[in-house]
Formats: sequence, structure tokens, C-alpha cells
Amino acid sequence: MEIVLALGIGIFTASGIWLLFRPRTFQVIIGLCLLSYAVNLFILAMGRLRMDAPPIIERGVAVDPSQYADPLPQALVLTAIVISFATTALLLVVLLASRGQTGTDHVDGEEKDGEP
Amino acid sequence: MSGWASHLVIGPIVVPLVAAAAMLLFNDRRTWLKRALGIATTVALFAMALVLLQTVSTPAADGGPARPLVYLLGDWAAPFGIVLVADRLSVLMLMLTSILGFAAMVYALARWDRAGPRFHALFLLLLMGVNGAFLTGDIFNLFVFFEILLAASYGLVLHGSGVVRIKAGLHYVTINVATSLLFLIGVSLIYGVTGTLNMADLAARIPHVPASDLMLLEGGAAILGIAFLVKAGMWPLSFWLPTTYAAAAPPAAALFAIMSKVGIYVILRLSSLFFGQDAGAAAGFADTWLTIGGLATIAYGVIGILSAQTLTRVAGNYILISSGTLLAAIGTDSATVWAAALFYLVSSTLAVAAFYLLIEPVERGERDELAPGAPGAIFEDEYVGTFDEEEDESGIAIPATIAVLGGGFILCSLLLSGLPPLSGFIAKFAIIDGLLIFEDTIAPTTWALIALIILSGLAAMITMTRAGIDLLWTPADRPQSYLRVVEAAPIALLLALCFVLMVQAGPVMGYMEATARALGQPHLYSEAVLSAPRISQPAVAP
Repeated sequence: MEIVLALGIGIFTASGIWLLFRPRTFQVIIGLCLLSYAVNLFILAMGRLRMDAPPIIERGVAVDPSQYADPLPQALVLTAIVISFATTALLLVVLLASRGQTGTDHVDGEEKDGEP
Repeated sequence: MSGWASHLVIGPIVVPLVAAAAMLLFNDRRTWLKRALGIATTVALFAMALVLLQTVSTPAADGGPARPLVYLLGDWAAPFGIVLVADRLSVLMLMLTSILGFAAMVYALARWDRAGPRFHALFLLLLMGVNGAFLTGDIFNLFVFFEILLAASYGLVLHGSGVVRIKAGLHYVTINVATSLLFLIGVSLIYGVTGTLNMADLAARIPHVPASDLMLLEGGAAILGIAFLVKAGMWPLSFWLPTTYAAAAPPAAALFAIMSKVGIYVILRLSSLFFGQDAGAAAGFADTWLTIGGLATIAYGVIGILSAQTLTRVAGNYILISSGTLLAAIGTDSATVWAAALFYLVSSTLAVAAFYLLIEPVERGERDELAPGAPGAIFEDEYVGTFDEEEDESGIAIPATIAVLGGGFILCSLLLSGLPPLSGFIAKFAIIDGLLIFEDTIAPTTWALIALIILSGLAAMITMTRAGIDLLWTPADRPQSYLRVVEAAPIALLLALCFVLMVQAGPVMGYMEATARALGQPHLYSEAVLSAPRISQPAVAP
């Protein structure tokens, strides 16, 4: 479990950073998406990994908290997903505006020689 | 405080939110309704900040120092629910924000609020995000308010449209989305080590972090810090700042002056709470790095300001210099310097905001590429038309424009370069004075800081003189520029406040000193938050 998650975070981050440094706006957006996946998994991992443990305790019953998963990181991940979704949508609009106004999809708004 | 007054703390967040939401219900062509609502909201924000300022600076009943106001959201007990905390520092920042918001809102009446859709709603949402970031006592909630203020600022950077703004906006959005991810990594690392997100609870728990986890905690804090340093514009994280701020419409840029101070505020707040004197093994973390980074930022800003070709770039680089000075001053970890730095923060923010508003009338007619065009309507109800067709409303031009502009320009120059007699001089003098009485032996970095502070003033003076001769002194063959009352009034208001800061320097400095002392006692903040009584049931003794 741990090794799978760690590998997943690592691959997402590495691919995301590589794409973030590419000169095309669409690649940059995909890079940011992958990075946000990596960060969401990372937040989940910071609440300690638990298999088959519920995050919500029953009302009015005395429980042993050690039998439950930490609910807070799950709430944080939900918030982070919503926010990164919204900002990505906004970034897509800016991308389209930039493409329309400058006629190129280069991140600097102008083509440069020798770049893919 | 009881009854409605106890809900005042959340007012600076709720009022702009409700006003912005209400604006979206109305057709965008009903400009005057939105203007009235926007100005009324900024006035209400100022009034609330004033009342809060009164409350937090009144000493406690037992004669001790004033306690911060704590507001438990949803009446959840402190470390479990989200809290809002209004102490001296946050109320000072609220005050500054409301003044800048009012001035920029009035200035926008002249024409900038018609340069694109939904200006007033975005503007108020930005104010809400900034106020929330100042008030919150929870680092994840801080992330949420950061995203709100960033989302609104994306809209304001693009306000007015045009190729320059879209290019700058694309970079700005990308950089901020990437730093938000760093913010999340930092927050989750700190949560993983300490198990809490409440700032007061964190301050209480950090001294007890075992040595084996200290590295993780400091790593988390450093990653978190990078997110704020990007906002504050520390070199080498600052290359986006002058370009973006230069591209933004003047009222938006004036408000962005406070956004870079949000980064400074959070650094000051978190480093004093988490890594203050009581923090055990983690005490004083990253102070040296803040000082070195601050020095590098001032140096970069000085080079930038000397090589700037346009006034907007001068202002952008001045923001870097001011951020660098503040960061280096925070790094000294001395209450005297912090008090002076807070004075400098207020004075430099007012001055640079006035300067951003002044630039556009001064350069009017000189360069037109950033002037808003008349793009086609995107939304059904959007106002379409050029600005200059509607000169009639609020179009009272001031006679002797050049004299008024020149006077304002000279005052701005004095403030930015820190020459006597205005508040810029008092602020710099107080910082240098605080640095020199700090210790018996003065460290080389302190000498470097003093030298750079003086040098940055000289550089600002040279640049402003050059620009003043070029734009105002030499007779131009361009048509006589004009200035409207609604444009001159906010600039005059901001500059007049700098005068007030100069005349009333004693009482203001007293407030700053009390603020800096309170920052040096993080346990008072923690106790106030963690022992805040719930409304529904009396506080349980710990």
C-alpha cells in the first residue's frame, strides 16, 4: 500500500513538473492537473494510511478512536480538489483568450526559434 | 461584547461577500447602483475596522495587555472548529485594506470600472479574501481565503482585457496555481507532524515536537513559507511581480499593493507564533534566510528601479524594495525593529498605492497601449462603448492640472525615497534606529541592511527625478492632460494619510510597539484562542 502510493505520488509529481516546464500552454495545464493529483494523494498520506477503517464515528456510542481513519485530511482533500478544479477551469479560459489574442499557444504569447 | 457586537469580527468577511453576491443579481448596465453599493461596502469595512481597532487597543479589565478578539465559527470549541482572531496586527491590516479599497473604488469611478464586466463584484471579493486572510486563525482556512483573493485577483488582472494583460495574466495564474500546491504540501506536512491546523494550537504544540520530527516540521514550514514569499515577491521568486502589476488596471494595481503585504503579514504572523522565543528547538527557524532573502530582494529591486523605463515598473520594483526591507526586518527578530517595520509597512503601502493611482493621469497621452479598448460584449448585459464618449458624468476637470499632478508626484517621490519630512523618512529612520540599538556588536548583515535601505532611497530618488523631469517638467507637444476630481480625491486622501502618519507619528508608533510586543508573546495569543468560551455552554476548565 505505502509503496504503491509513494510511487504514484512520485510519478505524478515528476510528470507534472516536466510538463509544467514545457513551452505550450496546454501542456502546462495538464502538468498542473497532475501535480494537483499528487498533492491530493500526499495530503491523504499525511493523515496516515489505514485500510478498511471508517472515518466517521457513531453518535452517542463510546468508541476507540484508534480504530478509525483520520477524517480531517479527507475533508482537506475535498476542498483542495474543488479549488484546483475551479482554478484549472479559469486557467483554461485564459489559455483560450491568449490563443485567440496572440495567435499562438506558446506560454509567452510569441513563437521562439528552436522550441518544440 | 455581547449580542450583535460579538459578530463584528466576521463582518469584514461577510459584508463584502453579501454585497458582491447581491451585485450579481443586477444587470451590469446599472452602473450607479453597483458603484453606490461598492462604495457603501468599503465605507462599512472602514467603520468596522475602526470599531475593532478601538476594541483591541483597549486594555483588558484587569489592567493587562489587550486580549485578541476570538470568534468561534459555528460555536465549535477552539482547536476543533475554525476560529477568527482579531488582534492588533490583523486589525491594523484590516484598516489599511479598507482605506486602500475605498480610495481605489472611488478612483475607478472615473472610467476604469467600465473597462470590463463585473468590476465591483470582483473588487469586493478581493477585499473579502484579503480580510479573511488577516482574520483567520487556521492555516487551512488561510489557504481557502488565499484562493478567494487569488481568484478575484485573476479577474482583476485581466480587467480591461488586451494582449498585454492576457500574457501577464497567464503567467500570473500559472505561478499562483503552482504555489497554491506548495501551500497545500506545507500545510499537510505540518498537519502530519503536529496533528492540528489551528495556529494557536500549533504554537502550543510546536515546542513539544520530538527532535526526530523537527526536520519534517521545518521542511513543511519552509515549503509553506515559499508560497507566501512568492506572494510577497522575495528574490528569486519575484520575477512575475513587476510585469503583472504593470499590466493591471490602475485601481486594481493599487489594491494589489496590499496583496503583496498579505504575504508579509502571514510570514510575520506564523514566524512569531511558531518560531518565537518559546518554540524550544525550533525557535528562530529561517530568520537568517529571511534576512538574506530580504537583502537580495532590496538589491534586485534597486537594480530594477534604476533600469525601469515606465512608471508602472518603477512602482512594481518599489514594491519589491519594500517587501525586501520588511522581510529583512522580520528576520532580525527584535520587537523594536518589528514596530518600525509595521510603521514602514503602512506608510509604504499608502505611498505606493497613491503612486499607482497617480501614474495613469501623469502618463496620460504619453502611451496608450494599455488604455482599455472597446471589446465586444461577452455577457448579455455588459456595458459596451468607449470611455471617452461619456466625459459628462463626473467629468469635472481640475484647473492647473499640471501643478496638481506635479505636487502629487513630488510628494510620492519624497515618500518612496524616504526623504524628510514625510512618513517614509520616519519609518526608515525608525528601522535603522532599531537596528543600531539592537545589540552591542552589530552583525555584518545589519550593516548591509542599513546600507541597502539608504541606497534604495537614493535609487528611488534618482529614478523619480528622471521621470519627473521627463514627464512633467519638459514642455510636451502632446495635448494638455486633464484630471478629474474623482481621480484626484483618492490620491489626495492617501497622501493626506501619510501626512497624518507624519504628524501623529508618536501615537501611531505607540500602537505599533504594542503590536510588536504582543507578537513577541505568542502564548497570550494561544491562551486567548484556546480558552475562548463557547456561547451555548460555559467554558470547561482545561
